[in-house]
Parts: sequence; C-alpha cells; structure tokens
Amino acid sequence: MNLLEFEAKEVFSRYGIPVPRGEVASTPSQAEEVAERLGVPVAVKAQVAAGGRGKAGGILFAETPQEARDVAGRLLGSEIHGLRVRKVLVEERLRIKRELYFGITVDRSSRCYVAIASSEGGVEIEEVAATAPERIVRFPIDPLYGLKSYHALRIAKALGYSGRQLRSLSSLFHRLYTLAVEQDAELTEINPLVETPEGEFIAADARLNIDDNALFRHPEFKERLFSEERGDLTPEELEARRRGLAYVKLDGEIGVIGNGAGLTMATLDMIRLQGGRAADFLDLGGGASSERMSSALSLLFSDPRVRVVLINILGGITRCDEVARGILEVKEKMGFRRPIVVRMIGTNEEEGRRILREAGVEVLESMEEAAERAVEIARRE
Amino acid sequence: MGIFVDRETRAIVQGITGTQGRFHTRLMLDYGTKIVAGVTPGRGGMEVHGVPVYDTIEEALGKHEAEASIIFVPAPFALDAALEALENGLKTIVIITEGIPIRDSMEIVARAKQRGATIIGPNTPGVITVGECKLGIMPAQVFKEGSVGVASRSGTLTYEIAAAISRGGFGVSTCVGIGGDPITGLNFVEVLERFRDDPSTEAVILIGEIGGDLEERAARYILEQGYLKPVAAFIAGRSAVAGKRMGHAGAIIQGRAGTAESKIQALREAGVEVAERPGEIAKIVGELLGRD
Repeated sequence: MNLLEFEAKEVFSRYGIPVPRGEVASTPSQAEEVAERLGVPVAVKAQVAAGGRGKAGGILFAETPQEARDVAGRLLGSEIHGLRVRKVLVEERLRIKRELYFGITVDRSSRCYVAIASSEGGVEIEEVAATAPERIVRFPIDPLYGLKSYHALRIAKALGYSGRQLRSLSSLFHRLYTLAVEQDAELTEINPLVETPEGEFIAADARLNIDDNALFRHPEFKERLFSEERGDLTPEELEARRRGLAYVKLDGEIGVIGNGAGLTMATLDMIRLQGGRAADFLDLGGGASSERMSSALSLLFSDPRVRVVLINILGGITRCDEVARGILEVKEKMGFRRPIVVRMIGTNEEEGRRILREAGVEVLESMEEAAERAVEIARRE
Repeated sequence: MGIFVDRETRAIVQGITGTQGRFHTRLMLDYGTKIVAGVTPGRGGMEVHGVPVYDTIEEALGKHEAEASIIFVPAPFALDAALEALENGLKTIVIITEGIPIRDSMEIVARAKQRGATIIGPNTPGVITVGECKLGIMPAQVFKEGSVGVASRSGTLTYEIAAAISRGGFGVSTCVGIGGDPITGLNFVEVLERFRDDPSTEAVILIGEIGGDLEERAARYILEQGYLKPVAAFIAGRSAVAGKRMGHAGAIIQGRAGTAESKIQALREAGVEVAERPGEIAKIVGELLGRD
C-alpha cells in the first residue's frame, strides 16, 4: 500500500530524515494561508499515490500566496492518472545544488532488502539503470546483519562525498533503512534527495509503500487497506477486497472466476489464445465456500461490461458441490443476468454437476473447451 | 526416492489443532505420511487423529524423532513457528501459510540458510513424492507415480497439469510447490539441481508465472550447465497487466520486469519446450520421455 507523499514525510520526520517545511491543504484558501506562513516561493504538489506525478502536471510552483491559491485551485479536484486530487502539499521551494537518489527495496532474487543509490536523482531510477548503470550503487543487505553504519558510509562514499557531508549522508541512509525495516516497507525511496548549496541533504520527495501483509502490525495504516485513498486499486477492486476476493479489473468483456491464482491466470491466457478478452481476474482462493462463490458471481453480474462469465474450478480443498451451491444461490436471488460457462473437475465433482444440471447449467471438462465456448458467446451477445 | 521427503520422513504439524491443520493431518496420514507429533501452544496433551499434541517443538522432540515440519499457523505467528522449527534442528520445513510479511520471510530464509535447512514455501501447496510421502495440501488423487519431476509457483494450476500428466498415461516422481510469494525458500534452480541428482526423475516440468526472475534464472542455469534431463514449462500470466498483483503476492509485473514473454523467451532460448496450454503438457511429456 502506497502512502501519500505527506504521510510518508510524516514518517520520515519521525526517523529524523530532513524534509522540506510544508503543510497539507484541502482548499485553495488553505493553500494560500500555508504559503503565507511558510514564505514564498513554494511548491504545490498534488497528493495522489501514483508515480510520474511531476510529468503529469501534478507539481506546480508559486511566487506569491495568491498564486499558491490559484495553482492549488487548479490541482484540487483534478485527476492525475485517473486519481482524484483531494489534497495538496504546500512546501518551501528548495534551492538545489544536486539531485541524488536513495531507496530501499526488496531484491526477490537475493531474498533480501537492497539499498540503491545514485548520483542521478530526479528521474526514474529504472531509466538511469537502463541508460547509465554505472551511476547506480546497489548494496544487498543481509537480513541477519542489517545495514550497518560502515555499509552506509561505503554507499555515501561511492556517491563521491567526504568529511561532514559523508557523515550526514550516511546517517540519512541508515535512518531510511531503519524506517524500511520497522515500517515493513516493500519500497521506500527519496527521489530526488536534494543537496542544497549549503551542503545539507533534504528529502524533496518521499515514497513509502508498506507491505499489505504486514499491516497487522501497523494499526495506524490498517484501516486504509480498503480505502479509496490508497490509489492503486479501482473502486471495483476495493469492493472485491472487502468481500475477501482477489480481483483485478481488465479491459475485456468475458468475466472470469477461478480458484487459485495460477489457474485463474492460465484461464485468462486461454481466453486470449481463443481471441477473446477477459474483463477481470478473480481468484476465489483456497477452500472457497458457497458464500464466496455467490459473492464473486454477483460482483461480476453487476459489471455492465461483462457479456458472459466463465467459471473455472479445480476442486482440491475446494469442493465442487460448495461452488455449485454458490452458483445456484445467485440464480435464486438475482437470476443469471448473463450466460455462464462452467468448467469444474475434482473433489465432489459428481454432486456439483448434478446441482448445476438441475439448475440448467451444463458443466464442461476441459478449460480450453470452456474458454472457447465463452469466447463464442461473448461474440454473439 | 524423494528429493525433499520420502517414506522415511517423520514430520511434525505446527498448528495441528486449527481447521486446516486438523483436516490436512487426516489426509496426510491417509496418504501414509509419518506424522509423529503436532504442536499448538496451550493444547499440549490433546490428540488429533491419534497424533499427540505438544505445546512446543522441544517437548515433541523429547518424545519423538522428526526431521521435518509443516506449518499451518496464521501469518502473524508464522515467523515464530518457522524459527522454532529451525532452532530445534528440523531440516525440511514446509510453510503452507499465505500472507506472511516479506520481512518475516526474508528472516526465515536467511536463518534456514545459516542452519543448512530447506524451506518450502511460504504460500505453497507443499511437496509430494508420489506413493511415498505427502507433506502438503495437494489432492492426492490427481497424482500418479512416474518419472516426471514438477516444480511450481502455484497450487491449482499444478493439480491441473498433474492431472493432465496422469490422463496422458504418465506420472510424477516428486512435485514441489516453491510458493506464490515474492520471497520463497526455494527457487527453480535449486529444485532443478535436486532433480538432476534424483534417479527417479527423468524429465522436469516447471510451472512459472509473471513476477520476479526465477524462470529467467532457471533458463540461464539450464543453458550454462548443459542440463541433462529434458525440461518443459508452462508460464501463466500472458494476459496480465503491469503493476497489478494477480492473486499471488509474487505475481506482479514491475515496470518492464517479470513479464510472461520475457520468461517464455528465455526458456525457449535455453531449449525448454514451453506449452501454450496446460492440456498440451501430456503430449510434451511423451515427447520428452521418447514415447508417444
């Protein structure tokens, strides 16, 4: 879960990482007041949990409090990458000598955190990695040791600093590592990390993405799990999460329900091979109950884009008769609003088939055949 | 002979008194797996399907010998359970639990490495050596005994492919789920190394998916080592969108990294036959084993 910039900066401050002076505003007049308090010039930054915000026009500058009011008015209520701007962060405008990059992320291959630093800040780090890999320092961190002060010194030194600056920069690196571990960051980065003409280092931007699975130990952010503010989920995806379903919205017209992530992904791939397009990825998960099935099916029936629903179940821990009862429940409650195609094999398959046959639903054996059938129906409907 | 477990393996079930632990202990016992003890703090003295329950692993090991464990405890307690198993010297630890924080998984995997233990999972269906031992939650009926080794990042898709192998008249030696999380104890290369040295395995199937670079690294390994056993693969997620987690915590395309296309291309360049459909696997297995 991505925190908004101002929230990430509050966390950074708690760890003693310097951030620009600033305050959040939800209205243009608040933005004006903040600019007056801080003194001009100021930066006015849209608070949305999306990358590439600067390029999308989400960061504007103001020379007077009146101008801060105007630009805040332009940003508030607008949309950036499909996300509504509800707040802006008004900050002192930093004077910049140099822009650096520093981040901590998970290195899946090495199964540990990795610190990444670069003398090329202010642009996407992936871009630097592609065009000037020699400008990037990567330092894998042993989970049993952690990032020690001498490691942090080595990284700061590799960026070309010495003396007092070497010490202050390495201490900042060390603080961000402590933050990453304590806050269960999947990714935290400072980009740009500004070096001012006076030689201070300030986190001009702050990104903190907390591991969703670790939110049980971060009660302050826990309620955000299902909130629209998190920004990386569509309203449909949030609704599915509230129902305990793993759902991703796609742009086709064939609704898909499967059990197990791999099987559901493979179902989408079969649809594509047949020339169709899936409207979603929906994984019921292991041991799905009839309630979960009916909740999933009714969710897809409420999506106007969906022309047909393909259900692909491989019963292991999940029982086919439970799934069939869930499908039946939907038929009784709301009727089949769209045609459905069911493929179901495995545990209690015969009972599942019987239940569905009585409800007038034919059950197929192979997922390839089921995908073909769904694509045909989608073309017709 | 099995590569992680065999008919001699003695295992402890951690979290044996929960719904899942109880249910799968029954199924594992039915399969013939030697479950010697269970552990649930505060439930010492109970029995589950005739298996004695202890409060700690230390107490269990005072009464029984074991070298493996399978963990069903909820995610917030999984780190503790895994460390307890490691500290008490267990060498093969299957972590079924889904939703473990990444930081906890990193610690578990690092500690296991230090102690020379193998972690299977987290977020895995476990491991089965067909006809000998099932330390996991996979439905036993889809597996027939044979000479194909299977390593997978998913659950039901693995059963789908195992069933296809069985329908084709072939069978499986060992099937191991490495897990659907971003950080897992095993990667494909480590499993390929085990299958290389396993006389029961003649061919290997890798079931991969989007996210990370385990498949690309397996391809590099196969190519560089001149891997002697034939390998085929299926990769799920060709229609996935970037930046979204497709069910598994580890199934996410980040920027341009981790796409199905990149994995398929790398595997094909290493001479691995990549199936377009799960149903094709049986035919490919036939070709790999030189039979039709």
